[in-house]
Amino acid sequence: MKNTVSPSFSRRSFIKTSALAGGGMLIGFNLFQACKPEVTPPVDIAQLNFNDFNAFIKIADNGMVTIFSPNPEIGQGVKTSMPMLIAEELDVSWDNVHVVQGALDTKNFTRQVAGGSQSIRHGWEPLRQTGATAKQMLVNAAAAKWGVDPSECKANNGVITNSKGEKLGYGEVVKEAAVLQVPENVTLKDPKDFKIIGTDAYNVDIDGIITGKPLFGLDYKEDDMLIASVLRPPAFGKKLTDFDDTATKAISGVEDVVKFGDKIAVLAKDTWTAMKGKKALSANWNADSKLENTETHHKILTDLLNGKEFKTLRADGDVKKAFAAADQVIERTYESPFLPHNCMEPMNFFADVTADKIRLVGPIQTPERTASRVAELLGRDVNDVSVEMTRMGGGFGRRLYGDFALEAAEISSLAKKPVKVVYSREDDMAAGIYRPSIKYKISASIKDGQITGYHLKEASVNTNMYGLIPNFFPAGAIENYQVDVAAYESNITTGAWRAPYTNFLSFAEQSFFDELAEILEIDRIKLRLDLLQKVKGTTDERIQYAPERLEEVIKVAVEKSGWGNAKEGVYQGFSAYYCHNTHVAEVADVVLENDIPVVKKVTCVVDCGIVVNPLGARNQIEGGVIDGIGHAMYGDFSFKNGEPTDKNFNTYRLIRINETPVVETHFIENNLAPTGLGEPTLPPAGAAVANAIKAAKGIRLYKQPFIKHMNAKAPLG
Amino acid sequence: MPVYNLKINGQSHAVEADQDTPLLWVLRDHLDMVGTKFGCGIGQCGACTVHVDGSATRSCLLQVSNVENMEITTIEGISEDASHPVQQAWKEIDVPQCGYCQAGQIMSAAAFLNQNANPSKTEIRDAMSGNICRCASYNRIEKAVELAATKLS
Repeated sequence: MKNTVSPSFSRRSFIKTSALAGGGMLIGFNLFQACKPEVTPPVDIAQLNFNDFNAFIKIADNGMVTIFSPNPEIGQGVKTSMPMLIAEELDVSWDNVHVVQGALDTKNFTRQVAGGSQSIRHGWEPLRQTGATAKQMLVNAAAAKWGVDPSECKANNGVITNSKGEKLGYGEVVKEAAVLQVPENVTLKDPKDFKIIGTDAYNVDIDGIITGKPLFGLDYKEDDMLIASVLRPPAFGKKLTDFDDTATKAISGVEDVVKFGDKIAVLAKDTWTAMKGKKALSANWNADSKLENTETHHKILTDLLNGKEFKTLRADGDVKKAFAAADQVIERTYESPFLPHNCMEPMNFFADVTADKIRLVGPIQTPERTASRVAELLGRDVNDVSVEMTRMGGGFGRRLYGDFALEAAEISSLAKKPVKVVYSREDDMAAGIYRPSIKYKISASIKDGQITGYHLKEASVNTNMYGLIPNFFPAGAIENYQVDVAAYESNITTGAWRAPYTNFLSFAEQSFFDELAEILEIDRIKLRLDLLQKVKGTTDERIQYAPERLEEVIKVAVEKSGWGNAKEGVYQGFSAYYCHNTHVAEVADVVLENDIPVVKKVTCVVDCGIVVNPLGARNQIEGGVIDGIGHAMYGDFSFKNGEPTDKNFNTYRLIRINETPVVETHFIENNLAPTGLGEPTLPPAGAAVANAIKAAKGIRLYKQPFIKHMNAKAPLG
Repeated sequence: MPVYNLKINGQSHAVEADQDTPLLWVLRDHLDMVGTKFGCGIGQCGACTVHVDGSATRSCLLQVSNVENMEITTIEGISEDASHPVQQAWKEIDVPQCGYCQAGQIMSAAAFLNQNANPSKTEIRDAMSGNICRCASYNRIEKAVELAATKLS
């Protein structure tokens, strides 16, 4: 691990300090970029300007620390874990730290995005360096007061001591520290000296959550705000021809009806009236492009998979030759449906568009991009746009897309009023940006009992896997290896869904290897470990995973799950995967109850480097595993004439508590830099369960959701 | 518009609303009590759970005209200061991820434990199965209900 300053930025250019008028010290800093040389943090805390810095630390003259956290919270815990990194190096007691979500603005942000499980990985060095720099300034101030050299002073838990045994609290030197020069080089702690990192920290918003405080976008309110309920085209491919709002306008409380594009917004002071007004609209639609069906998608993707029009993303050796020379070729196809995100908090956003500024408030994972899109939509300067982020009632990728914020801005601009767009569950599910339906065909060539070739083909809707994925396992382990992709362009909107692509690819590949082991009559674990041996010492810099780390999670999972020694009636399934920089192995324990497979337990072994907040990390892991199982088992979403067949939870099934296994988590302990946890435990879960179901019932699953393809007489549960 | 007299968290409120307005939106929009959450509007997810005369009830399906003179308790009224044993258990187990569904989960758990002070694991899982947690913090919900039961007994 690097404990030195990265050459790419120096302390002076990314940290500035000021003395607060009311007492205390304010440290402004920017993550992942330098500050502009001319700006300094304000002397009044009310004047925090997130255009100049994207994060602030306030150290009060009583020693209390407030951290204005730079990242939005979707539930992945970064609002707690990122400030822990600062507090560790600042060397204060976590009990004296208060975390506030910065009312974040957009102009200067890079990576002010929650997505891809990258927050902790990207924040690891800069956040610790910020804390260490502030600590050094406090020590320097104390040393100057005492007239000693800073090297004779030590800081610990918010108190500085010198060799004579004299003591000064941080709060007693903040005034002097604030005006000192920012030190150029600071030393970071050795991980063995960590006192906060690696300890359990409670969710910083816990009290607000359990008492029902207004934290979420849906809770945001302004006095003269109107609620907008929006009628959107009922099917992908349909456009608005005309509409009649007579009945809507007759409803007491409906304030306005605004048409924009192919949508109609009904505005009222309260949500129920706006929703009723929307239901009372009478609109006519016509099809201006194809109205698509799930059956058609199935045929199109199957044809793509069997066709010849592919883009090759990676090719090692010569797959064709290996297949021609093979004793045996094994080929399997795996199929997944579209999936909606179904965040528990339906999409919503507040916008107040006026002549001089545009204020946007709400749950969004991409404030910067949203600000520029709104500016572009309304033909305004992006500097007029501010975005304030609320806590998010789930994201799973859906809130990367600012479509709902654009709607709010457009309606506010037309109605000339502050407006909050609120989706009903039906709106949320029907106006989705779905996980695309994807099919994989995987072929392997076998020669003399060895896997000599591996050919992965992807047929997807709209977009294909991103460029790093072809370098995940088993890339590098098989001499002749090729990844080909093809996509069909649909008018159904698709996008990122928790662990994009790998959420299903992992199921396909880890099911394939399980079956391959059966066919080759090799132990399932040995097959994987043998492949990993071949990657060790690779000079191929494209390879993303570390074979040693994947090997270790596999071995620990074998040990911790009692693999091979399961109790009578317990059937185990194995899966191991690398994605989002994290290595994970999972073992699912399945029992049969009335001949129906029930997942009782999942042993999950994770190598995510240093675990910053084990309490929060375990929560992410448990949730990821259960979410993975839930969608693999039950997630089903179809289209008929461009219209989703499911629009609410009466027909769309999400996993419930009585259907969940116990997740037992084990971390690999090491001192490597931390990697993310929001996504990587989800992908392996589906295959672990499918492989256990194969062991239990002899049924090999190739399609999700399992419930539909199990021949089970009763629902899985 | 008619006026309804509601008893919420021990206080009386006169609310002017259409008779078909769900209690959920009366709480959220008319009374600024936004702890009760909107999730599905059809009684399937449990995010809007409140207590009506002590029973866990989906406030999205309950019309304001039907709840006059009933004792309504919301997450804001279950305790003044997060001191209810279920809230305490939620905190100790650190249940929430995104947190959106948790008020509804807590209200379901509190009503359930009032009726069954010493539940089995299966009873807990069945009782809580009406509340969806999209983040799937289910393992912790289960543990927190068990812990709350010990605190209450």
